[in-house]
Amino acid sequence: MEHKSVTIPQDFSLSSGRRMFLRQSGLTLGTAALASLSDPATSSVHAESGKHRLTHHTPRAKRIIYLFQSGAPSQLDLFDPKPGLQTLRNTELPDSIRRGQRLTGMTSKQDRFPIAPSMFRFRPRGRSGMQISDLLPQTARIADDLCLIRSMHTTAINHDPAITFFQTGAQLAGRPSVGAWLSYGLGSQNRDLPAFVAMVSGSGGQPLYDRLWGSGFLPTRYQGVKFRSVGDPVLFLSNPPGVSAAVRRRMLDDLARLNQLKYDRVADPEITTRIAQYELAARMQTSVPELTDVSDEPEHIFRLYGDDARKPGTFAANCLLARRLAERDVRFIQLFHRGWDQHTNLPTGIAKQCRDTDQASAALVQDLKQRGLLDDTIVVWGGEFGRTVYCQGRLTADDYGRDHHPRCFSLWLTGGGIRGGMTYGVTDEFGYNIAEDPVHVHDLHATLLHCLGIDHRKLTFKFQGRRYRLTDVHGTLIRDILA
Amino acid sequence: MLAGFGVFAENMGPAAANAGPAWGCRKSRLVSGILRNVIGAGADTSDSVRGDGAAIGIVRSGIMLWTRLMGGDVMRSARPASMLLSLGSVFWTYCAAGVCFADDLPAVVEFNRDIRPILSDTCYQCHGPDSTQRKAELRLDLQKHLYDVRDNQRLVLPRRPEDSLLWQRVTSRDPDERMPPADSDRRLKPRDLALIRKWIAQGAVWQPHWSFVPPRAVRVPRAAAPLRIRNPIDAFVLQRLTASGLGPSPVASRHTLIRRVTLDLTGLPPTPEEVDRFLADPAPNAYEKVVDRLLRSPRYGEKMAVHWLDAARYADTSGYQNDGPRSMWRWRDWVIEAFNANMSFDQFTIEQIAGDMLPGATMSQSLATGFNRNHRGNAEGGIVPEEFAVEYVIDRVETTAGVWLGLTMGCARCHEHKFDPISQREFYQFYSYFNNVPESGRAIKEGNSPPFIKVPTNAQQQRLNVLRGDLLRSQQAYADRQDALQRSLQQWESAAGVDAETDWTVDDGLTVYLPGDHRVEHGPPVEASADADRQTTAGAAPKNQTPADVDPLVTDIHWAGGKVDCVPGKLGDAYEFTGQQHLELGDAAHFGYFDQFSISLWVRPTASRQGTLVSRMEPIDRGAGYNVHLRDGHIQLNLVKRWLDDSLRVETVDRLLPDRWQHVLVTYDGSRVAAGIRIYLNGSAQRLHVNLDAINQTFTSDEPLRLATGNSRFSGRIDELRIYDRTLSADEALLIATPQNIAKILAIRQPRRTAGQRHKLREFFEHTHAGDDVARLRSRIIAQHRALAAYDESVPTAMVMRERKTPRQTHILIRGQYDQPGEPVASGLPDVLPGLPVGAPNNRLGLARWLVMHGNPLTARVIVNRVWQMYFGVGIVETAEDFGSQGTPPSHPQLLDWLAVELMRTGWDLKALHKLIVMSGTYRQSSATNPSLVERDPDNRLLARGPRIRLSAEEIRDQALAVAGLLIEQLGGPSVRPYQPEGLWQEIASDKEYNQSTGRGLYRRSVYTYWKRTVAPPVMMNFDAAGRETCTVRRSTTNTPLQALTLLNDVTFVEAARGLAQRMLAAGGRHPRDRIQKAFALAIGRPARPAELQILLAGYQNYLRAFRAAPDNAQRLIRFGASLPDQRLNPAELAACISVASLILNLDEAVTKE
Repeated sequence: MEHKSVTIPQDFSLSSGRRMFLRQSGLTLGTAALASLSDPATSSVHAESGKHRLTHHTPRAKRIIYLFQSGAPSQLDLFDPKPGLQTLRNTELPDSIRRGQRLTGMTSKQDRFPIAPSMFRFRPRGRSGMQISDLLPQTARIADDLCLIRSMHTTAINHDPAITFFQTGAQLAGRPSVGAWLSYGLGSQNRDLPAFVAMVSGSGGQPLYDRLWGSGFLPTRYQGVKFRSVGDPVLFLSNPPGVSAAVRRRMLDDLARLNQLKYDRVADPEITTRIAQYELAARMQTSVPELTDVSDEPEHIFRLYGDDARKPGTFAANCLLARRLAERDVRFIQLFHRGWDQHTNLPTGIAKQCRDTDQASAALVQDLKQRGLLDDTIVVWGGEFGRTVYCQGRLTADDYGRDHHPRCFSLWLTGGGIRGGMTYGVTDEFGYNIAEDPVHVHDLHATLLHCLGIDHRKLTFKFQGRRYRLTDVHGTLIRDILA
Repeated sequence: MLAGFGVFAENMGPAAANAGPAWGCRKSRLVSGILRNVIGAGADTSDSVRGDGAAIGIVRSGIMLWTRLMGGDVMRSARPASMLLSLGSVFWTYCAAGVCFADDLPAVVEFNRDIRPILSDTCYQCHGPDSTQRKAELRLDLQKHLYDVRDNQRLVLPRRPEDSLLWQRVTSRDPDERMPPADSDRRLKPRDLALIRKWIAQGAVWQPHWSFVPPRAVRVPRAAAPLRIRNPIDAFVLQRLTASGLGPSPVASRHTLIRRVTLDLTGLPPTPEEVDRFLADPAPNAYEKVVDRLLRSPRYGEKMAVHWLDAARYADTSGYQNDGPRSMWRWRDWVIEAFNANMSFDQFTIEQIAGDMLPGATMSQSLATGFNRNHRGNAEGGIVPEEFAVEYVIDRVETTAGVWLGLTMGCARCHEHKFDPISQREFYQFYSYFNNVPESGRAIKEGNSPPFIKVPTNAQQQRLNVLRGDLLRSQQAYADRQDALQRSLQQWESAAGVDAETDWTVDDGLTVYLPGDHRVEHGPPVEASADADRQTTAGAAPKNQTPADVDPLVTDIHWAGGKVDCVPGKLGDAYEFTGQQHLELGDAAHFGYFDQFSISLWVRPTASRQGTLVSRMEPIDRGAGYNVHLRDGHIQLNLVKRWLDDSLRVETVDRLLPDRWQHVLVTYDGSRVAAGIRIYLNGSAQRLHVNLDAINQTFTSDEPLRLATGNSRFSGRIDELRIYDRTLSADEALLIATPQNIAKILAIRQPRRTAGQRHKLREFFEHTHAGDDVARLRSRIIAQHRALAAYDESVPTAMVMRERKTPRQTHILIRGQYDQPGEPVASGLPDVLPGLPVGAPNNRLGLARWLVMHGNPLTARVIVNRVWQMYFGVGIVETAEDFGSQGTPPSHPQLLDWLAVELMRTGWDLKALHKLIVMSGTYRQSSATNPSLVERDPDNRLLARGPRIRLSAEEIRDQALAVAGLLIEQLGGPSVRPYQPEGLWQEIASDKEYNQSTGRGLYRRSVYTYWKRTVAPPVMMNFDAAGRETCTVRRSTTNTPLQALTLLNDVTFVEAARGLAQRMLAAGGRHPRDRIQKAFALAIGRPARPAELQILLAGYQNYLRAFRAAPDNAQRLIRFGASLPDQRLNPAELAACISVASLILNLDEAVTKE
């Protein structure tokens, strides 16, 4: 049969030597992504005419922007109103609610567990009447786009294990992050940028770790690339001082020729891969600065995101970059904003955090929407767990603190495939336990993967003799929140 | 129904053209491994074509790629083969042991190699070792069950597949009958079915799992081509090659060989002189001489250590949350020294697992056990320590089992192992060996967590010996004078006429002194002007001389909450507090948790016996800081960062009496543990009750020093507050609590004097009346004591294993959860493995000896496999971490066994093993290949060519430093901090800044690079170094644009290029050609070929023109890096040479072991 030459998708996932060889042989190749997804024995992969490949079903979204709020925002002060608690102020949390469940070592030895009702006012927002507190006036304005989950719960009770759990599906180090799974599963849609970008903002607060965007046991190529706000956006991106573009170009050409000579002698396909990677590196030297240079953004965009968007390294600036990355089809854009760990002085601390994040979070959603990008982008906003209804430390008229609370907390998401204007899940009258529709982190992961066309049970990688998945042996798709 | 085999879904239209590159590229053989699908290539669309029970992709062009359908297992490889697949007929490539080279099934199907992997992967989930998941009470991992009768039919009836129930069930057309069930995520591929069928047809011979059967001495095959055999390795390799219709490659050139073997044995390139010497050596054993020289080099130990550090998850930080520093570099140096000394691997094992338990264990043997303390440690506030204590033990089990046994034992943590015969009970029996360490699940935030030991280096030990000797000699001299001193004391006493006021007390280290004899005139400062005329309140000089540089007398003092009265005190006046007021003493006694201090005062509490005596603490309930506090008369020291989980509180068992003067002394030795606290009442050490013992961050406070408040107010009197910046001794406690002055003591008849009085008198006498030489001797002893203590403080510690005195009972943890203990279990080994050696104790030491006893089927194989992997990139068993049934079978099982037996036969001689491999003809082959061989054996599993592998991260950096002449070859020492982009730690980790090394620290070998687990060194990580959070025995090798950017732009490599450039100019002669040859020889180890030279020369001229035209650019480039450029060189020439040198360092050949 006659061979018809076709383009190889994801060509950089292959060694170009291999690629050349295969092209010569008239082969069509899939991607890492594709292959990894489609355990061919089981997957019901089907061809689809569109950009999406290698998915188990028709995807509703192509990318995720995850606005991770590190330190754990208080759901009781932002998203989950408990007006009944006002009269129970400074009374003991009933044992019938606490049920002897474990507490962190920070408060487990407290002699009292006095209830600290929120100081902040909640109001119904939008047509849906979603209850959001006055701390988030801008988020309130996009309520009808949001799916607010009030019944999130997690396994871990401390920051490091809990953040690691959210990003990798396991408390301990060693597993791939969500973005790594996606770039392994779906590959990149972009020629000059990584499939998975991470950015951080907020100083102080809980530390972050490379593993949160790491590839775990997946090959390191799937790890997220951290974009930095100081120095080179990508490490070692700039030429050394004094090396002009012309000298560098000539060096690269000479290098390619020398490497080609080597290939001609030893025929190692790795060499042609390396030649290609140097070319990609050179393209990145243009594409990344172009991406991170926001001077071409019009004034109204800065008004939308707020003045902070002009300051590199702020949450607002990162949100704006997130939109630019989404426009360039980067698959997984992971933001981390630090500083939500309000064990004490919560009212002051949370208000500051909200000032830093509220406008830009809402602006990102609106901006994506007006560009039509929200149809195939999912935006997620939330932290690693919630906070206790009882007070940690001093409870005074205008001050209180809250400890870690993994048993219920709130998180919102919006965009491709997600039902807007919806509040999902109910907590008890103390905001301590889930009353209806629990959503575990694994369930959220399963649902996010689903929206990208992946059956979370089928995206696997064999390591140490076992097929691992992001959701381990858990995870239930939350169909009710799908549009 | 075998759905989706070879299914491919991709529209190859315009959308696909949009698809860009994935980020970077894994090493191509792995990348190709990802492409496990047969590609069905329709002209426009791909689709799946389903035959009878099998879907088969069609490849119209005639080549298909596939791997065993391992469901996302990218570690497998692509197997191109020239096959045309057509609908309805099933052809397949032949893969065995990861090698694809024949068009058919093996002539003889072997259970271990061919069948068990299929059954394991497809069936064991439900029909394997895990009893809880087992269906139909059927096990396919046991011989007995496999040939059993089920439903009146033999499951496997040898030679008769059609009559075997197994065959019927896996091929049934009835979806309800068909195995694996439709709703499982496993399918059998056509080739799997064919193998099963052929295996049954050939007689269905069972084999026990290969790795659980001890390796036997294998007869070395007689090779067809004996001339190609240099040692037995080659006989095994050649046998397999011949059987595959392939032959070996010619021997590599001498240039290639010496670079290959030098990199492999030392991690550094050969120098041009070493190359030349080898090239010129006509001796038949020239190569062997090189090998022997390299094995003797101290660089050998550094190179070997890198792999071991990966396995041991060694790092310089604790790995969770704030990821504070720890000190384990002495253990790292132990490893390097052990490799260099060629410690036998059995000893190496025993010492690391249980060196502390060896009879008469040396410091070095205890240090070795740091191996199992290298796991991460969680110091996060609020964790449940019990939860992490369990994780540490599990980490030890997983790491030890992975490193020595090649078993994935961790799978049996929550349930029985799905694939290997390890039950959950057996997991916890093994766990029990490691569950007896006196440790807390809450790690120390900054520094080592107990148990740890001091581990001076040899030089430090010598220095300590000298200091101890000096001190001992002085102490002896002092002791020798005691009789004489006693006599002169008595003479002096009988003649003494001391002033009635003369007193004496401890003044060494006094930093705060408040006599209590003066009224406090000032209240709280209201406004700035009020401050201006605040005066010194205490007029009298201290009663003794003070350290020259510190005036301990408190001058910055005011009352708060009301005036404080001066009333008669213990010595002169005292302050009286009524529970309303307190004193503020300014910014004094500013201590943190690493500081030593002592607080001494006289106190006369009221009946309530409540309140804070001294504090630097937020004056609120549950404030942070430190205080000395009374609770119902019990004296407390509180050191608090955060109540209640980050604080330390001890309290006396006995109580102060009300309305009576008593002396209180509290001392803290900076050790951060309750055991470092003493409380003395009237000079005698008190029994203490430890309330809290978990201070993990410093308790330093900005609050002023306060008297009589802290977190609650005190009522009563306080006199003579003295605070010292050191830990007072028990003798001093006695002295300081003696109120009588010298005249008063003298007035007491000798036999009636208390010990404190005698001690005080003696000290007074020796200080003031015993003569200059005694005074000198005393001050010498103090000075020597301090010098020794200070030096001892600088001696590093390392965390080690230790056994608790009372063994901890281990329980099975239900679902692996720390708070769900089940049945108790004793230490023990999995049944499938042999028992402990005769006479070995059933403890960690017994386990250590068991690991390396000759009957252990795994350890020797696992170790030789990992050594093999170092040379050839892939082990004989590809899954170096898994020798269980899910692992890949060995490509050369007999060779593996022969090497394992050989290792044991030589007394576990590692250098002999390394020499054996590098002396083999197999290793010495040329690594050049050709497309057909690449196609045939992309992973080089058959070894028809030598290894060609990208260098490791460490080798790439070390080589650059070496060829630049920058490398500092210094063995061991604390970790160093080479170049790292600014702010990298700060932006994500904590407020800790990376203090980059200066000078030599920038140019040490990478094995000494400071390893922060949560923000690992980016240059290392970009080249696939292991993250060191968990045990890694196999790194991935990728090929990414970030690597290109690093090599081209990072200051490390640009500065190295300058070093290389300067060597070109200094030693390369006048002509650019010679200079380029010089650089090439240094970096690549061979002369550039004419075509290469031509490109480099033309490039050089081009760069030179560019830099001449832009002198500023030249200046900027040559000044990049911490070292200074050679001023004598022409900047433009140097810059052009840097560009050439950088180009050479970026060559594929430069970063590749050929």
